[in-house]
Amino acid sequence: MSINTTDQRLEALAPSRSEARRRRRGVSHASTGYLFVAPFMLVFLAMLVLPLIYAAYLSLFRERLIGGTVFAGLENYTRALTDPKFLDGVGRVALFFLIQVPIMLVIALLAALAIDSGLLRMAKVFRLGIFLPYAVPGVVATLMWGYLYGPDFGPFAQLADKLGLAAPKFLSSDWMLGSLANVVTWEFTGYNMIILYAALRAVPHDLYEAAAVDGAGAIRTAWSIKIPALRPALFVCLIFSVIGSFQLFSEPWLMRTLAPSVIDSGYTPNVYAYTQAFTGQEVNYAAAVSFLLGLVIVIVSYAVLLVTARRSRS
Amino acid sequence: MRERRNNVLTIGMVVMLIYFLLPLFWLFVASTKTVGDLFSSFGLWFSDDFSLLSNIRDTVSTNSWVFSRWMGNTILYAVVSAGGAAFLCALGGYGFAKYRFRGNGSMFGLVLGAIMVPTTALAIPTYLLFSKAGLVNTPWAIILPSLVSPFGLYLMRIYAQDAVPDGIIEAARIDGAGEFRIFFQVALRMLAPGIVTVVLFTLVATWNNYFLPLIMLNNPDLYPVTLGLAQWSSQASAGGGTTGAVLSLVITGSFLSVIPLIAAFLLLQRYWQSGLASGGVKA
Repeated sequence: MSINTTDQRLEALAPSRSEARRRRRGVSHASTGYLFVAPFMLVFLAMLVLPLIYAAYLSLFRERLIGGTVFAGLENYTRALTDPKFLDGVGRVALFFLIQVPIMLVIALLAALAIDSGLLRMAKVFRLGIFLPYAVPGVVATLMWGYLYGPDFGPFAQLADKLGLAAPKFLSSDWMLGSLANVVTWEFTGYNMIILYAALRAVPHDLYEAAAVDGAGAIRTAWSIKIPALRPALFVCLIFSVIGSFQLFSEPWLMRTLAPSVIDSGYTPNVYAYTQAFTGQEVNYAAAVSFLLGLVIVIVSYAVLLVTARRSRS
Repeated sequence: MRERRNNVLTIGMVVMLIYFLLPLFWLFVASTKTVGDLFSSFGLWFSDDFSLLSNIRDTVSTNSWVFSRWMGNTILYAVVSAGGAAFLCALGGYGFAKYRFRGNGSMFGLVLGAIMVPTTALAIPTYLLFSKAGLVNTPWAIILPSLVSPFGLYLMRIYAQDAVPDGIIEAARIDGAGEFRIFFQVALRMLAPGIVTVVLFTLVATWNNYFLPLIMLNNPDLYPVTLGLAQWSSQASAGGGTTGAVLSLVITGSFLSVIPLIAAFLLLQRYWQSGLASGGVKA
């Protein structure tokens, strides 16, 4: 609002504006653009593109006990694609993605709609309270939930003990993936909610008034106006969730100290790449595993893009 | 009718709020307890012996103040990375939004595509490159990779597009201001909410980072607090009953480590919420 008025004021003050615009597209100004983007692009190339190329290069070699490193072509990739540990890990994070992400996004969506509806008292308290876990480091969240799950002084075990029931075995192999999903849901629902809420605030309010005139209630308005308007924001949340789920590392890695027999070195692809590189000293193989994981993420993200694009067209 | 729906909705949201806040409440309660009470009293309420202050004293000063050191390291890494990343993003986002140079679209597209590159896939090759350059086990090993934020650049570009009107840039040019002077003296102030957003989210990413320091650092004096707490926790669970004292350090340390970020988010909410709004809408 204030920006618009300054703009108009300046327009009145600067009659030679159109002339300036012609000059602005000229060579001297355009080339200054390179100077503005150069620092970012330099760091981007050095810290992102270069390591990526180096990983691709490394993944094509193999270390031998005698004779050093030799060119191996795609051998590391064929090895990974037939490595049951790697494939199990990919399958596990895919399952995690299919179950955890819809639950998290539905909770985030419901919370954002409720807070935006105006039917809630103290909406601000809810908004900030639900968002707060995002500011908690993943390490702390995992340790905390690990203790909450635990049989020694976790409140769940304490309550079960008081009621004379058997304590739920959150850290057993049957429950572990669900327990991890709960930790991740706890950490990131608020972040997704804030993105969705921010997008909701931008929906033009005359749309709501038109809907009210047509006799639409709060739920009808949410379903027919708000959720369609949220599609781009939901897409952003979904893409970030793909990346987060497939890269899962800290949570399982830290739970490992509490349940070493449940979480093995191939529990997630990232845990596998890490153990291959740093305990197995198989750097070349680890590079191939990370690269394949990156490829999986790009493919899944692209699939998500296609599905959501088709939905919004129909 | 309307009033009733209101209450049902409020009750549902209260349940949700309890789920999100109860673990933090537990953490606070647990950090007020002695090790004995931790095991013997109910987890979700205080025991008679309120020993928060002595727990804090023990945590920060144990092992010749190593926890304080970790907190200091985290603050250093997070503040330098977030400040640097936000500056690069503001400069670059403004450049991409306001200048039409050759390769603008393709370079920006390259950066956008990189949002999908898993950062953990980069960590292992970055480690190998850094170990050749002698940067492993130095603060730079954490700070340099954290300076790149493709999403931050994307956010700043969108933000700069609307927040800095072309008319103002042109008027400043007519007044004879140079391009960088326009950026620093005119545009930067208008970009402030966007910059705060990028700062906060990079701050969180670096503050919470665990994988990168795990790979890059093996000198405990350089650990950030996440790595330090993870190390303490594995000591606590490895040692069994005799290491109860370490357990109390992990819990109180965890509690202390979450306070600064929560405070930052609460204090700066006006800025990051408006900054995020523009990113979420246009995405």
